[in-house]
Amino acid sequence: MKPKSDHRLLQIKNLKKYYPVTAGFFSRHIGDIKAVDGVTLDIKEGEIIGLVGESGCGKSTLGKTIPKLEEPTSGEILYQGTDITKLDKRGLVELRKEIQIIFQDPDASLDPRMNAGDSICEPLIIHKIGDEKTRMDRVAELMEQVGLETRQANLYPHEFSGGQKQRIGIARALAMNPSLIIADEPVSALDVSIQAQILNLMMDVQEKFGLAYLLIAHDLSVIRHMAHRVAIMYLGKIVELANKKELFENPLHPYTEALLSAVPSFKPKDKGRILLRGDVPSPLNPPSGCHFHPRCHRVLPICNQQEPGLTEVSEGHFISCHLYR
Amino acid sequence: MNNAILKVNDLKTYFFTSRGIVKAVDGVDFELRRGECLCLVGESGCGKTVTALSILRLFDSPPGKIVCGKISYDGLNLTRCSSKQIRQIRGKDIAMVFQEAQSALNPVLTIGDQIIEQIKLHLPLDHSMARDRAITLLSEMGIPSAERVMSYYPHQLSGGMKQRVLIAMSLSCDPQILIADEPTTAVDVTIKAQILDIFRELKARRQMSTLFITHDLAVVAEIGDRAAVMYGGKDVETAPVSEIIENPKHPYTSGLIECLPDTSKSTGRLASIPGATPNPIQMPQGCAFHPRCPKVMKICRRQEPPETTISKEHKVSCHLYT
Repeated sequence: MKPKSDHRLLQIKNLKKYYPVTAGFFSRHIGDIKAVDGVTLDIKEGEIIGLVGESGCGKSTLGKTIPKLEEPTSGEILYQGTDITKLDKRGLVELRKEIQIIFQDPDASLDPRMNAGDSICEPLIIHKIGDEKTRMDRVAELMEQVGLETRQANLYPHEFSGGQKQRIGIARALAMNPSLIIADEPVSALDVSIQAQILNLMMDVQEKFGLAYLLIAHDLSVIRHMAHRVAIMYLGKIVELANKKELFENPLHPYTEALLSAVPSFKPKDKGRILLRGDVPSPLNPPSGCHFHPRCHRVLPICNQQEPGLTEVSEGHFISCHLYR
Repeated sequence: MNNAILKVNDLKTYFFTSRGIVKAVDGVDFELRRGECLCLVGESGCGKTVTALSILRLFDSPPGKIVCGKISYDGLNLTRCSSKQIRQIRGKDIAMVFQEAQSALNPVLTIGDQIIEQIKLHLPLDHSMARDRAITLLSEMGIPSAERVMSYYPHQLSGGMKQRVLIAMSLSCDPQILIADEPTTAVDVTIKAQILDIFRELKARRQMSTLFITHDLAVVAEIGDRAAVMYGGKDVETAPVSEIIENPKHPYTSGLIECLPDTSKSTGRLASIPGATPNPIQMPQGCAFHPRCPKVMKICRRQEPPETTISKEHKVSCHLYT
């Protein structure tokens, strides 16, 4: 489903999340891991934003900072105009009805001592919605929506397969009728044949309820299948943001180019593959200037001195690179 | 075929657990030819890793046991070898690269010590010669300042680097066969591309015979010569990689290919295979795939399909073709 309107559901403005690093007996502060380092992004109603990056680029931290599971260091997160970073405890409880998360590993995110029905019911109890009877009905309804059988409500997580566990995770997220779901690598722990089932389910519920997704993934083919717009992250920063078609057909940032060309595919590549040198540098001590310059195949003299800002090169296509200034 | 360097015939490896017999590998047949890259493809629990472990007898016994079958290498039947014999083959003639580089390396020994240990075990070299050999191998794997890396501990290296060290280690005694178990699964895309490049190079330069285990069909398309698709402990389809991708015969193979989100066409629903992989303690009767198969017939529920030859190089086990 296409985004319903241009109405902005969530606006992230210059968000930063630093983790202090300490050393020695007195826990001297010796630096920061800049997991999220100045991210600006907005999500429209009913829109699927794909957030792509390699491990350690800060994509999961960004996902956790939005519903304030992690306290942001600075910056603003506006949900329907309210700044999440300034909400008190009660405000947060209300907010978390609207923003839900689906985690990567369903084994770790479900309580092994709680049966499926109780797990799905838990958010309803926390938010004091309905009485026992209506909750039971709601759980049955949710289970049906995610393709589980109602009689499976009494089973415990270990009795389900990976795909089914992820369905429980989705049912839990849907329980509060949220308007935004943050899905952090929802299918990367699943087998290929099961991945497709879960992706289809996520598309179905998105269409049915007009949800917005922030879909965090490292698998570009998943992103290409699902997303409307795509943001590429590298070492805490968004380096390129564009709508899906534009980004996949006309990638501008050298990192995006390399990322796209690195994906193994059925068809032999017509162009040579861009093989990146080295690894992602440590976010504790990122390279000067543009963080990508030591691995970049189109590096300019300016790149190690000055950090490029995010600029709009064509409508809706943002890029942070000295090549396009 | 006489250019087969490794032949596996009707291999069955069962695990005898308190909850029942897990038939992890239940009749696998394939041959690895000299200088080729054969991919074993399948989802988790299909028996691809246990097949590899059976070749080198690297599983715990008990509970695991090779109950029947033959693994022929160099005139030897590896299933009959004594553990002393197999120890001499392991790492020297047949080497293995494991999935998780982190757990495959010893955290309290330096990289150098770990590689040198293996070289000295199998080759008549003294310490400094072994050391030189290790450094050469590391730099061949594209590790910058290999001499310094020799004194590093595993935690000082990134995931991609550790994987390179493991590959270097596996090559240290010039093995005839390399078994790689999902070497690209735990790493990022850009690192994955680098590792695949190394394997491609190994094939081109050393004519290495590689048994490559993966669940990722796109990786298979990139580096494989032939592929064997496994399901429920059996190989269900074996063919050259281009055949597998363009002309899959087994409904499971075509299902696997269709359910991949394709980067070139991006609309509509994904095809999916209903249900989940079967419980290895209670495999379905007849063809193990029948409860999930879109083309299931009556006979599939009763009888196991025999292997049918589609063409000289293309074999499939499915009642549709008998």
